[in-house]
Amino acid sequence: MTTQITLQQVQHVAQLANIPISDIQAQNFVGAFEETLGVIENLKEVDTSKIEPTHQVTGLENVMREDVVDEQHMFSQAEALANAKRTSSGYFVVPRILDND
Amino acid sequence: MPTKKLPVGILGGKCKVLIQENKIMPNTYELVCGLEIHAELKTASKMFCGCKNDPFHAPQPNTYTCPVCLGMPGALPVANKKAIEWTIKLGLALGCKINLFSKFDRKHYFYPDLPKSYQISQYDIPFCYDGVVETSEGPVRITRIHLEEDTGKLLHRSVNGAEVSLIDFNRSSVPLIEIVSEPDIKTASQAKEYAKKLRQIIRYLDIADCDMEQGGMRLEANTSLRVVGEQGLPKYKVEVKNINSFRFLEQAIEFEMQRQAKLLDAGESIPQETRGYNATEGKTFSQRAKEDAADYRYFPDPDLPPIRFTQAQIDGFTADLPELPAAKAARWGREYQIEARFAEPLTAEKDEAAVFETLFSQAQTQKLDCNKLASSVYNKRITWPTAESIEKTLMEFAAQFKTDTVDTSQLEQAVEKVLAENPDVIEKFKAGNMQVLGFMMGQTMRQLGGIKPDPQLVRETIGKILKTK
Repeated sequence: MTTQITLQQVQHVAQLANIPISDIQAQNFVGAFEETLGVIENLKEVDTSKIEPTHQVTGLENVMREDVVDEQHMFSQAEALANAKRTSSGYFVVPRILDND
Repeated sequence: MPTKKLPVGILGGKCKVLIQENKIMPNTYELVCGLEIHAELKTASKMFCGCKNDPFHAPQPNTYTCPVCLGMPGALPVANKKAIEWTIKLGLALGCKINLFSKFDRKHYFYPDLPKSYQISQYDIPFCYDGVVETSEGPVRITRIHLEEDTGKLLHRSVNGAEVSLIDFNRSSVPLIEIVSEPDIKTASQAKEYAKKLRQIIRYLDIADCDMEQGGMRLEANTSLRVVGEQGLPKYKVEVKNINSFRFLEQAIEFEMQRQAKLLDAGESIPQETRGYNATEGKTFSQRAKEDAADYRYFPDPDLPPIRFTQAQIDGFTADLPELPAAKAARWGREYQIEARFAEPLTAEKDEAAVFETLFSQAQTQKLDCNKLASSVYNKRITWPTAESIEKTLMEFAAQFKTDTVDTSQLEQAVEKVLAENPDVIEKFKAGNMQVLGFMMGQTMRQLGGIKPDPQLVRETIGKILKTK
């Protein structure tokens, strides 16, 4: 049984992922998404009735650190900015974003 | 009929609103308001890495960063234990219940100040829930308190002619608590009082500086109006952001009440939206419509194992809580007989309150009237007590109010001398002019020079002598 995907759903996902896509691409993704979900549907065949739900696999709890400054792992300003496309006076530079937050 | 004179009977209460539209709040609506308050915890290090947490005093931008708070691939966040404990302590101070089992979740959205493209926050299991803050206008329930990480700071500038945004990640991943209230707030002044009380309690716990100007504490108000008598929440909600003082919070809410009342009176529906507050103009302005309801795709952060506390640990935190302002003011009433109207303002700041405590305790030992002293301090009629000036304040107060013991014969001599200098006093007294007593009091005190006898004793002595004449 395949899940029905709409064009709107594809566009919504693209928007959430911040990936601009053309209308043609969006149309193609409708089919692609349905196919992918169809594959994932196969997982339903696995019997999970005896499996405890979990959202992590380590089984760990209470992994915390003391409140201590660790200078050794801190970057210098030059190191922090080393991979940036654009910098200015020690800042990362991006195209102007509307100050609405 | 002239259009300007509306028939009062037809429109009833609302007519008043239309005519006096500058007079603000119509009686027909009531405010429904809840606050969301963020505060940066003042831990030494950041929330999920060992970088220095001191964004406001950093010498340069982007000097307190590492792979974790810059969101580099493969970096592993580890939660700051103290930040978690402080969050729980705040919850306990506000009467919250504590989730013994809790976890961190990823909240996804794209913005340049968020390097990972998700913020580590808490979604369905916050550390604290169901608390309360008492205000003079009624209790305000706390829905939840959760812990998350702050974002970087954006500056909007022009560089080489181009309009750009500059990013400083010194603030990225600084521990940030969010305190969400129920929509229990009924007036703008109550919102202000609630927010101030929260700041007071946070400062008492010594977990955050709450510097409003720097953004160390940030206020957001969810406001809507309901027709008086109606039940349930209104269908819309206007979120006002960018408020950086308690006064602006009050003003922004008052502005929203007027704005929304006008729209409702005109029969318009109010859009669900986020508005900013322009303090210069005293107005809110639309920032973005909220119809594209954010889809944050929360899920538990697999990098951060869940947190589990025992009830014994929580009990330990409760035992560690300092005495909070309300409890301190009540105790001052019991121990020093200080009235609430002085005790409440004087307990507002923790460090000051500690100084006052020493002052009152010493005053009590010296058998001085602590309530009178509290009044003098509150009304600034006396040198403001600091740790260094307690002695001085006490001496000043004693000089103002303490009475000297005075020798009876010395007092009688002084009265006789005043009478000898003012022979008409006796006649007036005998004629029933009681005003001369006040004159006699003043003159007798002056005769005694620097000595300050108990006024009651002076009055009695004058009366006694006058009767013998």
